[in-house]
Amino acid sequence: MAAVQGGLIDTEEEKDIKTEPSSDGCGNNNANDGRLHNASPGTTSSGGSNKPAAGAAEDQQTLLAVLQFLKKNKLTESVEILRREAGLSEETDDPKGLESSGAGSGGVGGNADAGSGDANSLLSRVSVSSSAVSASAAPAPPKAVVAEDQPDVNVVLSAYSQQGDPALYDVYYSGLKRFIETVLDCHRAELSQVFYPLFVHMYLELVYNNHENVAKAFFEKFSGDQECYYEDDLRILSGLSKKEHMRGNETLLDFRTSKFVLRISRDSYQLLKRHLQERQNNQIWNIIQEHLYIDIFDGMPRSKSQIDAMSGSLAGEAKREANKAKVFYGLLKEPEIEVPLDDEDEEAENEEGKPKKKKPKKDSMGSKSKKQDPNAPSQTRIPLPELKDSDKLDKIMYMKEATKKIRLGPETLPSICFYSFLNAYQGLTAVDFTDDSSLIAGGFADSTVRVWSVTPKKLRKVKSAADLSLIDKESDDVLERIMDEKTASESKILYGHSGPVYGISFSPDRNYLLSSSEDGTVRLWSLQTYSCLVGYKGHNYPVWDTQFSPHGYYFISGGHDRVARLWATDHYQPLRMFAGHLADITCTRFHPNSNYVATGSSDRTIRLWDVLTGNCVRIFTGHKGPIHALAFSPNGKFLASGATDGRVLLWDIGHGLMIGELKGHTDTIYSLKFSRDGEILASGSMDNTVRLWDALKAFDDLETDDFTAATGHIHLPENSQELLLGTYLSKSTPVVHLHFTRRNLLLAAGAYNP
Amino acid sequence: MAEERRQKQCSVVLPTESMKAMAESVGVGQLQEESCSALSEEVSYRIKEIAQDALKFMHHGKRRKLTTSDIDNALKLKNVEPLYGFQSQEFIPFRFASGGGRELHFYEEKEVDLSDIINTPLPRVPLDVSLKAHWLSIDGVQPAIPENPPPASKEQQKTESTEPLKVVKPGQEEEGTIQGKSQGATAADGKGKEKGLMRLKPRSTHELSVEQQLYYKEITEACVGSCEAKRAEALQSIATDPGLYQMLPRFSTFISEGVRVNVVQNNLALLIYLMRMVKALMDNPTLYLEKYLHELIPAVVTCIVSKQLCLRPDVDNHWALRDFAARLMAQSCKTFSTTTNNIQSRITKTFTKSWLDDKTQWTTRYGCIAGLSELGADVIKTLILPRLAVEGARIKAVMEGPVVSNIDKIGADHVQSLLLKHCASVIAKTRPLPDNVEQYRVDYGYLGPMLCSHVVKARTQAALQAQQVNRTTLTITQPRPTLSVSQSGLSGSGGPRTPSIIKVPSSLTLMSPRPGTPSQPSPPATKYIVMATSAGAASTQQVITLSSSQSASPVTSTVPSATSTLQPLVKLESGGGPGLTGPRPLQKYIVVSLPSSASSSLESKSSMLPTSISSTSLEAGMKMDRSDSPGASTQSPH
Repeated sequence: MAAVQGGLIDTEEEKDIKTEPSSDGCGNNNANDGRLHNASPGTTSSGGSNKPAAGAAEDQQTLLAVLQFLKKNKLTESVEILRREAGLSEETDDPKGLESSGAGSGGVGGNADAGSGDANSLLSRVSVSSSAVSASAAPAPPKAVVAEDQPDVNVVLSAYSQQGDPALYDVYYSGLKRFIETVLDCHRAELSQVFYPLFVHMYLELVYNNHENVAKAFFEKFSGDQECYYEDDLRILSGLSKKEHMRGNETLLDFRTSKFVLRISRDSYQLLKRHLQERQNNQIWNIIQEHLYIDIFDGMPRSKSQIDAMSGSLAGEAKREANKAKVFYGLLKEPEIEVPLDDEDEEAENEEGKPKKKKPKKDSMGSKSKKQDPNAPSQTRIPLPELKDSDKLDKIMYMKEATKKIRLGPETLPSICFYSFLNAYQGLTAVDFTDDSSLIAGGFADSTVRVWSVTPKKLRKVKSAADLSLIDKESDDVLERIMDEKTASESKILYGHSGPVYGISFSPDRNYLLSSSEDGTVRLWSLQTYSCLVGYKGHNYPVWDTQFSPHGYYFISGGHDRVARLWATDHYQPLRMFAGHLADITCTRFHPNSNYVATGSSDRTIRLWDVLTGNCVRIFTGHKGPIHALAFSPNGKFLASGATDGRVLLWDIGHGLMIGELKGHTDTIYSLKFSRDGEILASGSMDNTVRLWDALKAFDDLETDDFTAATGHIHLPENSQELLLGTYLSKSTPVVHLHFTRRNLLLAAGAYNP
Repeated sequence: MAEERRQKQCSVVLPTESMKAMAESVGVGQLQEESCSALSEEVSYRIKEIAQDALKFMHHGKRRKLTTSDIDNALKLKNVEPLYGFQSQEFIPFRFASGGGRELHFYEEKEVDLSDIINTPLPRVPLDVSLKAHWLSIDGVQPAIPENPPPASKEQQKTESTEPLKVVKPGQEEEGTIQGKSQGATAADGKGKEKGLMRLKPRSTHELSVEQQLYYKEITEACVGSCEAKRAEALQSIATDPGLYQMLPRFSTFISEGVRVNVVQNNLALLIYLMRMVKALMDNPTLYLEKYLHELIPAVVTCIVSKQLCLRPDVDNHWALRDFAARLMAQSCKTFSTTTNNIQSRITKTFTKSWLDDKTQWTTRYGCIAGLSELGADVIKTLILPRLAVEGARIKAVMEGPVVSNIDKIGADHVQSLLLKHCASVIAKTRPLPDNVEQYRVDYGYLGPMLCSHVVKARTQAALQAQQVNRTTLTITQPRPTLSVSQSGLSGSGGPRTPSIIKVPSSLTLMSPRPGTPSQPSPPATKYIVMATSAGAASTQQVITLSSSQSASPVTSTVPSATSTLQPLVKLESGGGPGLTGPRPLQKYIVVSLPSSASSSLESKSSMLPTSISSTSLEAGMKMDRSDSPGASTQSPH
């Protein structure tokens, strides 16, 4: 019992940090922070003053983990430096100290003890100990933590080497099934969660021990019982029928390296435990102990619908602890900019309407209010680039436009302008608009990136260096003079990638464009010269998505290698690597305050990462398919996500809760966007429709009493239909991207497939 | 069911034979059975893995179709050299053939002459990607412009007309069903009620935009105008354009008024044009005509049974119009008849009633019988066959009695051939062998002997056709199928014209336009038999052949209908014009299209073929017969 409840440390967190330093020699968190500060342009950063004081113990622990990693790799110099800098004494990282810190990192401590030992001996120790554990059926080994870092298949699989009579598996499983079917209704739903992970692990054990036919029979007999949302994983499993296949199968590794997390009430758990002990059902008990993480809570068991709402991800639900960290979801204070008064006359006629419009904006954005939003991070939590003059001009433009913004609501729906890409021959893979809606960019399967101007203003290149030297730099219209009129055209093509372009993003100042591609690179293009400036190499596999930070300078990318990387445009190496997802990262989004990053993945979870610390601060489970769209609400409080299952889920970031489910789409959702004031959520899908949802109502209905917040048990409103404000069908054009202009006109884009 | 499917998933592996074949192809002679099975399992597993990865690329490419490049990318992911060279976007280049109980997928490779390739002009450069903007919604309302889909789908139009209370806004019905599924019937019921209370009567805007008005004007003018090419275009537009929903009331009024006026004026050509419009409307997959049947059906029925449809009933071929309209009627009965509106039984009653009336004219009589017999074999069996004797007597009275009027004689003649044509096929199917002439005479009276010979012919043709169909599927894949097929087709179509028709006294001798019979005074009739396999592009193929026929003889009015019937196994249309323009060299196109050999429903069709051979051939025989009569009748004036 205790063992099951133990292991409070978030294994993912540990992983994140451990992978990070591998990027350079002196990698540690402090150094990383420093680099981030120094790297930022025009910011006078004051070293560690920004570092949050909280969680010192945790920090120490992570430092120790880093130390061990360095030792393991014989980077003694770095160990010394780190130790000096962090003020750690030799004693701190001895096994006892770690054990007392009680974070279930016994295995790690043990390894630190053998600091001089190389990785091989480390692994052999793990496998020995883990097999010993399985033989004696002792409490779950915490060594899995180490095994995760080294997904060496042999080690991972060795836990399966336990021998039982293969014929009995069937009996065990059906016995448990019978038992669960006979328990009280209130417990049945909870206990039924055990079926899927048990089924998977029993099947894998059978396969590992070469009982191919038994395994096949077992699969055929019981796979039909599993929840339908696991079908994709079952399909992968079904192909896997030999021990040799288990090597290198990623899905399998996911099952093994991460414990399947179940949330079960104490009563139900006792019931299960008693049953298994009475029956001497050690086989199943061992699996539960070793491969499952059972998160026990006190109180009423959950209902079937509550469980279904949260389950579906590759590794079960998120642990409750995973979502406890504080997230500063508030917005940063907008810099004070004096709006020039010369346009008084222009605004004169709607003088009386103006204050009315501005008032609600202040409330919702919290931008102008003098007092700092308590949920907002401090202004300098991460260093942000200083505003340039042109940025200020743009901000002024933005504010002017904002005053003309239409207040949307269920009564006043936005107009939608649809940009169809014709003759794309099924090749359009990504679209983005600039914030001011003047440019549109498309990524194509033929490796090109194309940029169009959607205003009468044509796209022009800057003149060549020789021509530029002839220009009078003092003249007023120098910005106009540097442009080469001969190159004016409505669209430009950017060549450089060697594979389909899957992600595309404009910088907020419209000077740059990012594109990520199947060829594993992210490229930065200049929209002044229409040429490639940098190719960021780091991902070795396809990069599925990339996005600029709302403040520019930083950007995030994520791809098939399951790692999201945070980059700064002037560094060719990533500043942060966010590891923890169990499958491809399919989409990445920045929080409006740039302090957090959300990633959606094929493992059917969404993770929220802290840019400063690199920690995973939220894990959202509930989707039943790979996630292909994410959107933050403009006030930063909420997150919307869309997946291949055609459902949109809404999340409360502060409480870490699912707060809504919008059903209606019949195919993958590829784009989500909140209106500028957050009243309307627009979703675009492969089913050729744009749907508009009443976001205000969805968030208003939310009752967050303490109990819900504490347990995470949500009651979703039964009917999402009343939130649906409109459905707009296009003619055979899947909706790939959505964008609200500054005046709240909705722009949609997609390729017409005749 | 899910379990079944999963079991399948679990067990699907490549057969060991293919392992052997592959081994042999790379020069490994003897491969042991064990290694074969081990290999096949391994290979199957890897293939599944790659397919799963390829799906990922498909999803990120925002497509629904898996392409070969996805597979290439998935292979790259696994560090495997991709299969360069198969960059086909759309299809897999395998063809399917069956015959002799074997099914075969093969890769069609043709010998290519390099100089041909070098000398051919370059293909057109594909159009560059371009961007086009339109309004998907203005203040929450979707404007009715061509860029947007039609405001109401066919399904919705259907529910609107059948269950007006359940009508929902466009695009919302899916949620309704989903919701119904996921949350039980109560939620769905509640929603229905709520909607019903909110607005009892569904509103649909009846204002046409300027573009729509312009379109309506152009289309209606072209449909009844004099330019045949323009008309074909307009009808094509009516039959395919998705956004006509809102114009439907106008079109239906146009047609019904048009028929009303032109029947009075006996303007045969215009009636034909209007019927072709009806046909085009019915062919449009996005339109649901139920709401407008009250206007369309009377118009169509008028064209079937009206006493007089043309100025010179003895010369003009109004019979073809009656046949065509009868087919339209049958089609709409099939599509729209429900237990509520009872169209089919009402129509049947109407036809029967006027047919039974002794005073009915021969023209109307012909229309009634045509209308009834198009409704299917069951109707023929229950309504027409029992009355054959009576009808025969009446025909005999006209044929052999004193010459009353030429018009009556022609009418009786047509009725007779119509009856023979339709009844023979039904009798051939239902009546047991042997075909005894005397017995037929007893059963069917005057028409008995002729019927008997027709039935015999139908039976022999059925057998012939059976062989022929078998043969064509085999020959079709060979480089020059046309020759062999057309020959067999000739013999097949020549079949039904037995001497019995020719022996029929008086005017009937005019009817047989025997090819290559110089004794006839009529201009030599050229006959083409075009047989086409409908493989994928079948419809276009047909259109092409047919349009060429149009250009050859601009009077061919029934030609477009050739493309219309839903899935013709064997299909055939006469090129006989309405005869307005008087004598013309007659060209006859017989288009026999075979079931698609490359379509997705391969197995079902190919397995169906042997069993359905008799019926298809019968149908062929029947249709060929039918085409004879109007085609032949154009020559009757000679």
